[in-house]
Formats: sequence, C-alpha cells, structure tokens
Amino acid sequence: MTFIQKQRNILDVALCSLLRRKGKNLSLVAAYVFVIFLLSSVMFITDALKREASFVLKDAPEMIVQRLVAGRHELVPTAYAKVIGKIRGVQSVSPRLWGYYYDATNGANYTLIVHQDLITSPGSIMVGRGVARHLPAGGNGTIPFKACDGSYLFLEIRSVLPSESELVSADLVLMSEPDFRRLFQMPEGYATDLVLRVRNVRELSTIAAKVVQLLPDTRPVSRDEILRTYDAVFSWRSGLVIVIFAGTLSAFLILAWDKATGLSAEEKREIGLLKAVGWETSDVLLMKFWEGMAVSLVSFLTGIILAYVHIFFTSASLFKPALKGWAVLYPDFRLTPFIDGQHAATLFFLTVVPYTAATIVPSWRTATMDPDSVMRS
Amino acid sequence: MIEIKNIRKVFNAGKTNEFAAIDGVSLQVDSDRITVFKGPSGSGKTTLLSILGCMVRPTSGRIEVNGREITSLPERFLAEIRRSGFGFIFQQYNLIRGMTALENVMIPSYPTGERRSSLKKRAVELLVLFNVPHKAGSRVEELSGGEAQRVTIARALMNNPRFVIADEPTAHLDTKLSREFMDIMLGLKTEGKTILIASHDPVVCDSIAVDRLVGMRDGRITTVDDRR
Repeated sequence: MTFIQKQRNILDVALCSLLRRKGKNLSLVAAYVFVIFLLSSVMFITDALKREASFVLKDAPEMIVQRLVAGRHELVPTAYAKVIGKIRGVQSVSPRLWGYYYDATNGANYTLIVHQDLITSPGSIMVGRGVARHLPAGGNGTIPFKACDGSYLFLEIRSVLPSESELVSADLVLMSEPDFRRLFQMPEGYATDLVLRVRNVRELSTIAAKVVQLLPDTRPVSRDEILRTYDAVFSWRSGLVIVIFAGTLSAFLILAWDKATGLSAEEKREIGLLKAVGWETSDVLLMKFWEGMAVSLVSFLTGIILAYVHIFFTSASLFKPALKGWAVLYPDFRLTPFIDGQHAATLFFLTVVPYTAATIVPSWRTATMDPDSVMRS
Repeated sequence: MIEIKNIRKVFNAGKTNEFAAIDGVSLQVDSDRITVFKGPSGSGKTTLLSILGCMVRPTSGRIEVNGREITSLPERFLAEIRRSGFGFIFQQYNLIRGMTALENVMIPSYPTGERRSSLKKRAVELLVLFNVPHKAGSRVEELSGGEAQRVTIARALMNNPRFVIADEPTAHLDTKLSREFMDIMLGLKTEGKTILIASHDPVVCDSIAVDRLVGMRDGRITTVDDRR
C-alpha cells in the first residue's frame, strides 16, 4: 500500500512538473506525435497492403502459360490448351483475354478483361470504381470505345465492381469476348494467355517443365512467381515509404538525443532541492521515469490513433502520391483495418523505451551529485 | 546532538583553483539550542551547514549525528537522515515555481508513501501555524518575501525533524520580518528542535533566542560565544 501511495505521490509531482513546463512539453509532445504518426502510418499501410495483396491473389490460378515470340509476349493459340490439358496432373486449362485501352476522352488507361459472366450479354460491361467516377455526369451509362479499325463500340455499364480491393480494380473494365475481339481485331482461336488449374501444387515445376517441352515457344508462370512479383510491387511501394520511415526514425533519435543531453538549470536546481529535502536518487529517477512515460505514452497512443485514422479512414491521404502508380484512375480504396501486434510492439520498444531512458540518463547524472553542489551550480 | 571532528572540505581538488572552504573544523552542536554561525561571505558558514545537514560530504573528518557516524554512509541512508532528521530553510527559499504553497510544503514527505490526505492535513496545519493558510492554493511566485519564508519554514517542518538548518534566512527580509523569524525559531526551540543558522544579520546574531554564536573566517572557527 505504501509502495503504491509512494508511486502515486511521485507520479503526481511528475505530472505537475510536466504541466509547469507546458510550452516546452507541448512542443515536445507535438514533435513526438508527428514522428509516431509517420512511423505507424508506414507500418499500418505496409501491413495492410500485404494483406490486400494476399486477398487479391487468393483465387489466382496456379499457373499461367504465355507465348513468346522474339522474347516478347505474343497471343497464344487456344489449340495449345488441348495439348496442355493432356499433361498428367493438369485439372483444367482455359484461355484468357485481356489487354489495355487508352481512353483519350478521360486521358486514362483501362485494363480490359473478358469475363465469363458477360459471355451471353455482348454490349455490356462491368467497370471498376475509378472508371465509374470518371464518367461524365448526366451520361447515359455507356462508354464509347474506339476500335482498331477506327469505328466506335458503345458498351453499356451493367454494374460497378465492389470496392473490396479498389487498389487493383479501379481501372478495370470487364467485357464479353465478342466485344473484346471486335475492339482489338483479335482473331478467333487466339487468347492473351492460358490459365491452368492443377491437382497437386507440388507438381507445378514438373508440369511447367512438360509444358515447355511440348510447346517450346511458351513460358509458364506459376502463382508463387506471381506472388513474388506482387510482393515486390507492394514492397517497392513500402520501399518508397521506408525512406520516410528511416528519415523519421532519425528525426526521433535526434529528438531523444537532444533530450538526453539537455537538462535546464531550473530542472537541475529542482533535482538538487528534492535531494536536499530527503528524496533519494531512486525517487528522483522514478519521477523522471514517470515524466518520460507520460510524455511518450501520450504521444505514442495519440500518434498511433492518428495514423490509424489516416490510413484506414482517410485512405492514407498523405501517402497518395506514392500509391497512385502509373494509372490515371487513382484508386480510392479503403484498406481493411489491421494492426500487426508484433510490429506495434516493435515500434513501442523503438520509441517509448529509448525516450524514457533518454529522460532518465541526464537526471541520473545530476541526481547522483551532492544536492549542495547541484543547487549551487 | 551533532559532533564534527576535524572536518575539511576542499573544492576543485587537484586543480589550479583548489581551495578549502572548511579547514579542520571540530565542533559539538548541542540539542534543543539555537546555534548561529556568523562570518563574512566566503567564511565557510554555508558549506559547514551543508556538511552538518548531510547535503555534502566532507573531504576528510568525521560527523556523528546522535552518536551515529554518518560520514561513510551510502547516499540513500544520507537521504533518509536528511528526510527524517533535518529541515532546511534556504537563503533563496528554493520553493518550486509553478507549484502551490501547499504542494511545496508536502514535497519532502512524498517519498514516505504516506497517504496524500494525511500529508495535506499536516501541511495545512503547518500553514495555519505560520499564518499563511490563505496562501495554500497560491503559486509560490505569487507570494511576498515574508510569505515565501513562512512556507519554507513549513516545508522544513513537514517531516517533524529533530534539526532545523537555516542558511541566511533573513537575507531578503526587513527588520520586522527578521524578528518574527527569530520568534518562530525560539518557538521551535522550546518545542525541542535544534536550530542551526548561518547569518551575519545583527537581528539574528543579537537575538536573545540565540544560545551559541560561532564566529567563522576563512573556513575556520575563530570564536565561540556560549550565551547560556
């Protein structure tokens, strides 16, 4: 009981001491909050993007087969599907049609994909939210596409894609096969690539080898390779903000160092006085510990909450330039709120612990001197 | 009782500006008495009081408080002796700015772990005793010199110490307030406290409350005038 009461009494003095230097401590808290805000924003967005990537690739095919001509991606004959389908272990092979289209009116690139749901309804399309947002107000719900022969194809929007993963679907247009072939003058019997489902994923490398053996002009790409590519993309995005992370961490270290090396004459005198009236060195250090904890905990929690709001409620508005990518249709995605406990704990130990230690060290130096010497200095 | 034997305190030892603030002083301070150390600036009064109050360790010599040798005690034991045995009244008051008078009075007792309500009750009683209860909630920078002095005395008595040490307590007070201060010291003496004062103020040195006047110069005791 005495122990708890002592802690309460000393905490009381510590808080009082913080309030007495309101201006200095508020500016310190502001800088600290900003640092934590940036660091945790980076942490949140990195983790959330990785989750987003895994969500996107959850249903990706185990393997894609492309055709190469002179090292370039070329249309693949759909007849290849029959050859590949006969390989032992291959469950299914289906041709896929997709490509890019530049809309001069909006100045935007669309990603066009043939979707099986639209097979029976040519003339209809499903679009991503980015495409929908850029449609002219008061339009009749159709988009004119300029075909390769110069004619126009008016396609009616049947629905807008859900925003679960707008980061990758913002510029998406799903259309029927006839419309796609007409738009690009793509001959029948050819597809952009082939997607494979296999019975046992451990046989992927064997199947890939057999595909290349049977069809030497093809390139099989497994899901693991796609995952690595996506990871590299998201890591690149993380990599861009990691520069902010490193810079901010450096700023924090400077802040902590400044605190560690600086103790005002008034603070020193106070420590001397407390020692003179009977406070032990450990009591003074306890007070400074509470001061450091109060500043760093308040700053840490405020910074974390602000970062959470920033990333998950304002869609990382400050990081948008880094997330826009090459598409003109910028995603307006809402990341699924997610905090990696281990990362949060790491951030806590990287900031709160060193800051609190930095608060205690100069006080310890002063508190171990004779109170008389401190008060005279 | 405090007894010091052949105390020497050297500052800046080994440097070109080395000097001995106290140079071989031996003295016995009797209980329940007011002892005043008198001397010009730089005579070593304040340093001697700091040594007597366990605020600074002597370079050499021995100190005994109530028969217990304390010179070689670790810092935490000295802190405990300061907290329970000594009350300090500083020349500059040394009240913590930004805190109220009441909080300043309570400060020495915080590490004891005593309940805050009980500390507050005792602190208020002390402020009442020294006629400044109405200033309990005032910040110390709002207090006059006399009020600050009284708050300082209240703080010194918060842990009910056996010894009260006052360093130039009347330096910032007028004659009337200085006399009032000596009256308070006399009252404390009659309650059984041992008072040690460093001063060259005639109001203090000539006060009838003083039992012993110790003259100092250049870190040495020059005269001892026992008035009782």
